[in-house]
Amino acid sequence: MQDLVPKEFKERNSLVINPVKTCQPIGAMYAALGIHGCLPHSHGSQGCCSYHRMHLTKHFREPVVASSSSFTEGASVFGGRANLETALKNIFAVYDPEVVAINTTCLSETIGDDVTSIVSGMEIPPGKTIINASTPSYVGSHVVGFANMVKAMVKQLSEKREPAQTNNKLNLIPGFVDPGDIREMKRILEAMDIDYILFPDQSDVLDTPLDGNYKMYPDGGVTIPELKDTANSKATIALGALASQPAAFELEKMHDVKAYTLKTPVGIKATDEFLMQLLKITGQEIPAEIEKERGQLVDIIADTHHQFHGKKVAIYGDPDIVISLTEFTLSMGMKPIHVLTGTPGKDFEAEINKMLKDADWESNVAAGGDLFQLHQWVKKEPVELLIGNSYGKLVAKQEDIPLVRVGFPILDRSVHSYLPKIGYKGAMLLVEKISSALLDRKDRDTDFELTEFVL
Amino acid sequence: MKETLRQVAIYGKGGIGKSTTTQNLTSSLAEMGKEIMVVGCDPKADSTRMLLGGMDQQTVLDTLREEGQDIDLDDILKRGKDFNNIRCVESGGPEPGVGCAGRGIITSINMLETLGAYTDELDYVFYDVLGDVVCGGFAMPIREGKAQEIYIVASGELMALYAANNICKGIKRYAESGGVRLGGIICNSRQVDGELELLKSFAEKLGSQLIHFVPRDNIVQRAEINRKVVIAYDPDSEQAGEYRALAHAIDDNEKFVIPEPMEQDELEQLMMDFGILEV
Repeated sequence: MQDLVPKEFKERNSLVINPVKTCQPIGAMYAALGIHGCLPHSHGSQGCCSYHRMHLTKHFREPVVASSSSFTEGASVFGGRANLETALKNIFAVYDPEVVAINTTCLSETIGDDVTSIVSGMEIPPGKTIINASTPSYVGSHVVGFANMVKAMVKQLSEKREPAQTNNKLNLIPGFVDPGDIREMKRILEAMDIDYILFPDQSDVLDTPLDGNYKMYPDGGVTIPELKDTANSKATIALGALASQPAAFELEKMHDVKAYTLKTPVGIKATDEFLMQLLKITGQEIPAEIEKERGQLVDIIADTHHQFHGKKVAIYGDPDIVISLTEFTLSMGMKPIHVLTGTPGKDFEAEINKMLKDADWESNVAAGGDLFQLHQWVKKEPVELLIGNSYGKLVAKQEDIPLVRVGFPILDRSVHSYLPKIGYKGAMLLVEKISSALLDRKDRDTDFELTEFVL
Repeated sequence: MKETLRQVAIYGKGGIGKSTTTQNLTSSLAEMGKEIMVVGCDPKADSTRMLLGGMDQQTVLDTLREEGQDIDLDDILKRGKDFNNIRCVESGGPEPGVGCAGRGIITSINMLETLGAYTDELDYVFYDVLGDVVCGGFAMPIREGKAQEIYIVASGELMALYAANNICKGIKRYAESGGVRLGGIICNSRQVDGELELLKSFAEKLGSQLIHFVPRDNIVQRAEINRKVVIAYDPDSEQAGEYRALAHAIDDNEKFVIPEPMEQDELEQLMMDFGILEV
């Protein structure tokens, strides 16, 4: 069917074909799994919850548990209060989590359930915590749902110490990234001897080892005392404006914790900025180990530069990641000629266009777009490489273009969630992936007698 | 946001005169120098007509439908014609028979918050809400962090009191978990028998008060036809004085309660006591 995609571009208002985004609760659920001992709860009918769990499971290849208010026709008419109250009682009695993080669904949002007031009127067992976020999927995307849940964590839990006293820690919000990225962030912070509260933290939750024991609540995740203590930190670094900034701003508004928003540190420039900001806030030094990695990365890019230079690439996926990938490909000398995200928002286009202007380059840029649009762009102006999630596979197959899988979701390849794409190490892995994809293609297309062993 | 910002929701039976009362009330408060935002929460989008001198305002939901989610505040917030210190917003909504008006209200109020409409200089935000609290969406203005006080517009007719009593059930539900309170009953007179006494007694039974009795006067009609509020149409009229009195009573009000709604029998007995149901 992909061969029927026409080159001619027609204005579309109410039709999305092959979306590059998904439901808010998927992001909210993923964020909630980054809290220790947390059971995500979906306030709506069962199908929503099943889909959200399944989608996360397919990307991480780990079991994802979540409960549902299990709406019936009656609940849709009379409101979901009774269902939620019963669900919470059952959850604490049967599954005994430390925290329940409730996300709403389109149905409960539309009938206007006020989850905050339902929860505030409930008796919560001692020592247990409930947080809730409003996550209608007809607004924003999974990245917005993630941001809403992270904001709920600080808004509903952060507490100033009495009397006021700093904990000398740094808050770090990693954004919608994989456990492998979070591990890399922690490694950098620890190498720099920085005390931190990182949230949400899905490492040791969605990358657990197979040791024969199933733990419903794995060892990882930020703890409730840590989330409370975010109010007493010296600053917050939010990585990724869309996923992380709302929570950082909330902390600044509520408790005067200074907020710094940076790009997701994918690529050399964004990683430099991240490290420099860490220096500025903490006064620590860059360890030799990290400096060496940067040098190695620069060396790699210099050595392999001829493989990338001038190559046309199309990048799509979640806004925070796409922004950083665009910057990285530009700094490698590539030409990102089509840049697209499914998440709506003018800021994305402004940010990308600014980057392109600095690089003296023009591209097709769209927020709130879909893969059909990307496919049309590619048909009109072909590229040599696609970078994005699994769903671009159809475009890649039809147009015979190599695809490097980066972002969310990646459902047809594995191991990606264990490895970083952030930091200098992550950038090396990205260079390796991009380089291999391009050279595999070159080898495939080169005649036998002209095939080289050294490239 | 101002510590003293008062967010007020006006409820009442359909056709009772909520919008008329709200516009006359807010313009009287504006005359006192208050900074006000009026949010019309009715799909008919007629809550700010007299303040704006006509229904030329684009509603939040129309804007959302036509321009997508990237909206500027200036697109949906207009200053009053006679009273510059009133900002008017119409939430709007679907045409009768389609879509979900309740969700529309949730969307527009969230939108106002995101766009930063709740600025520091505001003294009052008024929500003029359609008819009964028929679904979760229509309770949006009284959910956490929004309106803390509610006034119900009623008259001496049974159905108006029935609706007011029903609304009190909704308020009670939200009052117990949140901070919303009933500030009083505003009587928009229909000149029925013993109306003043009936309304006073009704309000007391709820544990509240009759905050003001607005008599019926044709000048309200005339002003409305001229797309003006009474105090702009005829500032010296007696009716203008009544609205000023209402504004002062609300501005000085300190009695905020969780209402005790009545049973149907009790309500009908009350009507009978005041002689309306007598043949």
